[in-house]
This record gives sequence, C-alpha cells and structure tokens, in this order.
Amino acid sequence: MTTQKALSEEDQVHPSGDERYLSLDRTMKQFKYEKDSLLEVLNAAQEVFGYLSKDLLIYISNQLNVPMSQVYGVATFYHLFTFEPKGEHICIVCKGTACHVKGADRIIQALSDEFNIAAGDTTPDGLFSLTIARCLGSCGLAPVIVLNGQIYGKETPEAANRRVLEAVSRSKDELAQTMEVG
Amino acid sequence: MNFSTLEEVGNKERQRQEKYQRRIFCCTSTACLSAGAGQVHTTLDQAVAACKCDEHEAEVVKTGCMGLCSSGPLVRVEEKEVDPVLYGNVSQEMAQYIVSRHVPMGEIEEEVDSEEQDESVTPHDMLHYRASLRRARTQTELDNTIISLDHPFFSKQVKVVLNETGRINPDKLEDYLAHGGYKALAHVLDKMTPEEVCNEILDSGLRGRGGAGFPTGLKWNFVRQEGAENKFVIVNGDEGDPGAYMDRTVMEDDPHRVLEGMIICAYAVGASHGYLYIRGEYPIAVDRIRKAIRAARRRKILGKSVLGTKFGFNAEVRIGAGAFVCGEETALIHSVEGKRGMPRIRPPYPSTSGLWEAPTVINNVETMGNVPSIITRGAKWYSSIGTEKSKGTKVFALAGHLRNTGLIEVPMGITLREIVYDIGGGIPDDRQFKAAQTGGPSGGCIPAEFLDTPVDYESLTKLGSIMGSGGLVIIDDSTNMPDFANFFMDFCEDESCGKCIPCRVGTVQISKLLDKLISGEGKPEDLEKLDKLCQLVKSTSLCGLGQSAPNPVLSTLKYFGNEYDILVQPTQTVEAGES
Repeated sequence: MTTQKALSEEDQVHPSGDERYLSLDRTMKQFKYEKDSLLEVLNAAQEVFGYLSKDLLIYISNQLNVPMSQVYGVATFYHLFTFEPKGEHICIVCKGTACHVKGADRIIQALSDEFNIAAGDTTPDGLFSLTIARCLGSCGLAPVIVLNGQIYGKETPEAANRRVLEAVSRSKDELAQTMEVG
Repeated sequence: MNFSTLEEVGNKERQRQEKYQRRIFCCTSTACLSAGAGQVHTTLDQAVAACKCDEHEAEVVKTGCMGLCSSGPLVRVEEKEVDPVLYGNVSQEMAQYIVSRHVPMGEIEEEVDSEEQDESVTPHDMLHYRASLRRARTQTELDNTIISLDHPFFSKQVKVVLNETGRINPDKLEDYLAHGGYKALAHVLDKMTPEEVCNEILDSGLRGRGGAGFPTGLKWNFVRQEGAENKFVIVNGDEGDPGAYMDRTVMEDDPHRVLEGMIICAYAVGASHGYLYIRGEYPIAVDRIRKAIRAARRRKILGKSVLGTKFGFNAEVRIGAGAFVCGEETALIHSVEGKRGMPRIRPPYPSTSGLWEAPTVINNVETMGNVPSIITRGAKWYSSIGTEKSKGTKVFALAGHLRNTGLIEVPMGITLREIVYDIGGGIPDDRQFKAAQTGGPSGGCIPAEFLDTPVDYESLTKLGSIMGSGGLVIIDDSTNMPDFANFFMDFCEDESCGKCIPCRVGTVQISKLLDKLISGEGKPEDLEKLDKLCQLVKSTSLCGLGQSAPNPVLSTLKYFGNEYDILVQPTQTVEAGES
C-alpha cells in the first residue's frame, strides 16, 4: 500500500520504494551530507526505522561517502543503537545506582523469568523486549521502569510483571481477533 | 535587536505576571510526571476555570523541578502578600481542593442542589459546586499535604544554578527574561572585554562541575590566548553517571541559563560556534534546548550579531548515543565529530587542539549554569560562598535510602551529615547509615566516621572518592559492599572503550575476581591480588574512566574490608551486610 502511494506522488518517490528513506534523506541534506554528521544521521535513522539494518547502514555509508567499516564501527560503539527490530512492547528497567540499591535487579529477574528472555532480548513472537537503561535520571522515584513510554516509579517486581503481562496479552487478543476476522 | 528591546519583553512579561493575584506552579519534570503531574496540571487548569473568577485571580504555570522529587507531584501556590505554600503528593482530587482553598469563587449561584442537576449544568459548574462543598472538610486534609518551606530540605540549600528552576516555564524565553535573563550577557557585551570576563570567572573561583574541578577561568584564558581563527565551545551534557540527573534538570527546566552561560563563554574566548552535546537518553532535554535555541535565534540572542553587537555566535545540539566514556573531553570531541567516542592522550589539551584541531572550551552544563549569576552578582559574591579552595555551590542528585530524595543545591563545605540527616531527613525503616557514594562509577564510598567531612573537591579526594558530577547515593546497612562495588565494576567493564589495555582487560579481571569472591570461591590471596590489580588499572589507564574505575572497589576495600574478609574465610557463606 505504502509503496503504491509513494509511487503515485512522483516527487515523493524514493528508489527503494520505502518512504522512510525520504525522511532520512532530509536529515542528511540538513547536515549537507557532511561526514561529521554520521552520529546524528544514525540517530535519525534509528528513530525513523526503529533499528539499524545492514541495508540501512550500507545506504548511509554510500550517501555520506563514509566507508562501511567506519559506519559499522561507530554504530556498534554506542549502546543506544540496535541492529534487531524491537518488540511491540518495550519495557526499560533502569539500572542506575539508586535503582540498583532499591532492587532493580529483582525486577529484571522477574521479567526475564516470566518471559524467558535475557535482558536486552526480545521474545520470539516479537511482542516484548526487555531492555536495561544505565540511568533514567528519576532517582528520586527509584526503582523506575518505563513501559511503552510511560514511567512507573517506586516499582515492584510483581507490579512490573503484571503491567507487562497486561500489555502483551492485549496484543495477543487483538492478534487472535484479526486472525479470526481474516 | 539590542538588549533594551529584550528587556522590554521581559518587563512586559513581568507586568503580566504581576497582574495575577496568585500563581499556581505545577512541577512537570520527569519525576513528578511519572507520579501523575500531567493530570494534576490539567485538573488545576480546569478547576481554576471552574471557579469562574476574574481573569487575574489565578494563573496555572507549568514549571520544572522543585527539588523534592520523592514527594511529587508538587504544587506551589504564590499569593500576593502571603507566604508561598508548597503541597506534596498532590492527587487530582487534592488539586481541586487546592484551587478551592486558594482561588475565590466568581459570581455564580452558590446554592446548586445536587438533585437539581440538569443538562444546563456544565461539568465546570459541577466542579465548582463540588469544590465549594468540600472546602470545609478538606482544610485539615490539605494541611497535611503542606510541606513546610522552612524544612531543612529547603532552608539548608543555596540556589544559584537552580535559582529559576521550578519558578519559570522553561519553554518561555519571556519568563526567563522576566527573571533577569540575558542581563549578564548584555552586560558582558556592553561593558566588559573578553579578558575581563575570563578574569572575573577566575576570581570567582568557579571550578569545573563535571567532577575534575579544573578552574574554569583558567581554562577560558588558555583558549582566549590561542591565536586560532576558529574556536569552539562545547557544553558537556552527557551525564552518564548512573544515579545523577543534575544536568538533565538544568537543561530541561532552565535551558536559557545554560545557553546564556555558553554565549558568555564564547564571547570570552572568542569562539563563533558551539555545540551542546546531550545524552541520547534525555529526549526532553534535547527538545527544550532546541526550543531555547530557536527562540534565542528569533530574538537575535544567537546569530551573526548577538544583541546587535559585532559578536556573532551560533549553537547546535549534538545527541549522544549512550557511551559513558564520552564524558571524557577528548572522547566527547570525537563523538561530536561523528566518530567512535574514544579518548586520546593529552596533551595536547582541547584548549590548544580540540574539535577539528581548533582550540576548544569544554564545560559541563552546571559550570555554564553558574556563569550568568557570577557576572550579575560579581566574583566577590560568588567566592564568599564555599570553602577556601572550593567556591560556590554544588548541585547534587540525592538518592538512595533516604526519607527525602531529590535535587539539591548546597554551598560547598556543607558536611555530609547535614546533607544526610537535615536535608535528606535521615535513613528510613529504622536502618543505619552505611555509606555515602559520590562520583558514581568513578567515585567511592564514604563511611559513617567521615560524616562530618566538609563536601569539597579536596576533602572528598582525600577520602578516596571524588566530587564527581553530583550523584550522591546514600546506602543503608542492608547493602552488601562487595556486591555494590561489583555493580560499578560491571558498569565500567561494559563502558570501557577498549582503547587501552589496563582498562579494557583490567576491568574485566577485577570484575571476575569480585564475582569469584562473592560466590564464595575466593582465597585470602585474592584480596591482595584485587588490591594490586586496582592500583595497576588506576595508575596506567589512558583516561579518567580507567584511572578512576577501581575507586569503588578500593574505597570499599579500605573502609569495609571486613566484608571482603568474610568472603575469603572458609565455610563462610555470603550474607548481605548485617541484615
């Protein structure tokens, strides 16, 4: 659908057929395709695409005229870049010092036990990612988790499990419904 | 546009604010937001509207952090000729009561009977009715949520950098101007030479607030004296220290202050371009700073001609992508250049060869935040605060096992005891104070016997910790120290950039040794090995990250050695502290 729509508006066409590249192009243009803007471009790319695929890195390498080895080197250096798609629901558990002394580890343990994934991984069904943050800077409310952008302070392992399970089961229900309809 | 036009804008805003009989400030910083401040703000707005009072009876203002994050959401009411009142843990319901207590009701029939509800009664009317009905009942309930502003949490603080946070709307340049914003910049451009500015900062005794404590004026003078055509200013907002959020708060809640300090710095050293390097995990800070830059450009505070003078300066935001080592200045420079954020050997220092080999000033957000106040109130005033070698104030993110946690700004030289027991309100749950951890992964743990140490750069270093950027985590006796040290070691191991061997390999080995000890498989000689290894990493690493990485281990070995000794005694199982 998106491809057809993009093709119908000629000036909006990106050779790849993926509109998201247009937005990335705008960012690169804004930085005048300067090599120095690599980090900014990678940030923008991740924001638009959600993760950095190999194709995307090759594209950036070509557009900025920076060797692929350097693009890959920079991308892998920083923690915020991911190379795999994230799950539909993302729970970030803060592991800053304040959260650590107030039991963030127990929350991480509870969630990884419940969903059988390690911190940093995504469930095989693509519904849930468990990620760790260095510090979210809400130390007054430690321990803190962020589920789908919503911050929860003074969190307990039980409450975190419940929240994530609710969110994930909602998606499962929706999925089941669309399957039935289909 | 020159400053008099700006001043007029500020005056207009001030006059507008003064027209209001009372202003209700609602904290909408991250901590309060997560406690529900968003809804509280909306409720306040609706409730004021429901009062149907005169337009100038009350205004609801969205502000930044008010400090006492553990009691959020916070709402402060400032009324003419009445002392301000601060409410804590405000719920939506409480927000209605607050409005009904402070804001007079407008002309509307008071006797609305609940049976007479019909469609003509709007939700606002109902709100109004309910509020007035509950007014009597809630007086005492409300009184219980009042936080006394005479509380040591507030009275022991001295606000310089955080002076406007919690008082102004960070998104409004006008509000900053109304509070005397950009006056320092105008003064500098009009009355002072770059040399005088550098010397004023030098005289104030301001030292780098990122942790190392290098005299800021000296740094500025180095760059000023460089003859290069291009010079740069970088503001370091890559607050990677877990347990610290001072810089985030200043950037989010008073972005123009950071910008003003930065422009003054640029004028003093002769830079025409600058970057604010902000941590990627702080999207709100990025957003607010960007907004502030746009507003400043519109008002010609940034651009080819700053405030109508010959001096031109432009600022841009660069977003970090999560690398603790980028707090190190040479690593940060590489990151701004779009490269891997790895440090290099100094010298040459950035003041001679920094960003793109040009002379560069790098200062932390909080350091820049001090600059406008120093210019406005003078070096003499600033140096009257603090100790002999550490002047001014320091912002700390107070967290951990304490009654009151939040963001505080204290004069240098205050004792840890005052911070823990007066400001922090002591340790809850009948537990005992065990240690104060300063400086995050680069700092150390200070035990109870040193609670009376004055907080300044030299004293903390002497104790084996560092001032650091301002993380201050208090831990009680439920915390196991080897485990705590291991937490930081894991962090450093993960964050080591891999350039130099002592840090890359050393942190891994220290961490392995700690794991071995904690799992109960350690031998007495392992403790000696641990100490040796720490000393080695400390003395041979390339940059500050590696040099300070062993601090958490070394300081806990020094002060809590018995907890390590227990680990290597045969037939002894691991137990957490005394709990």
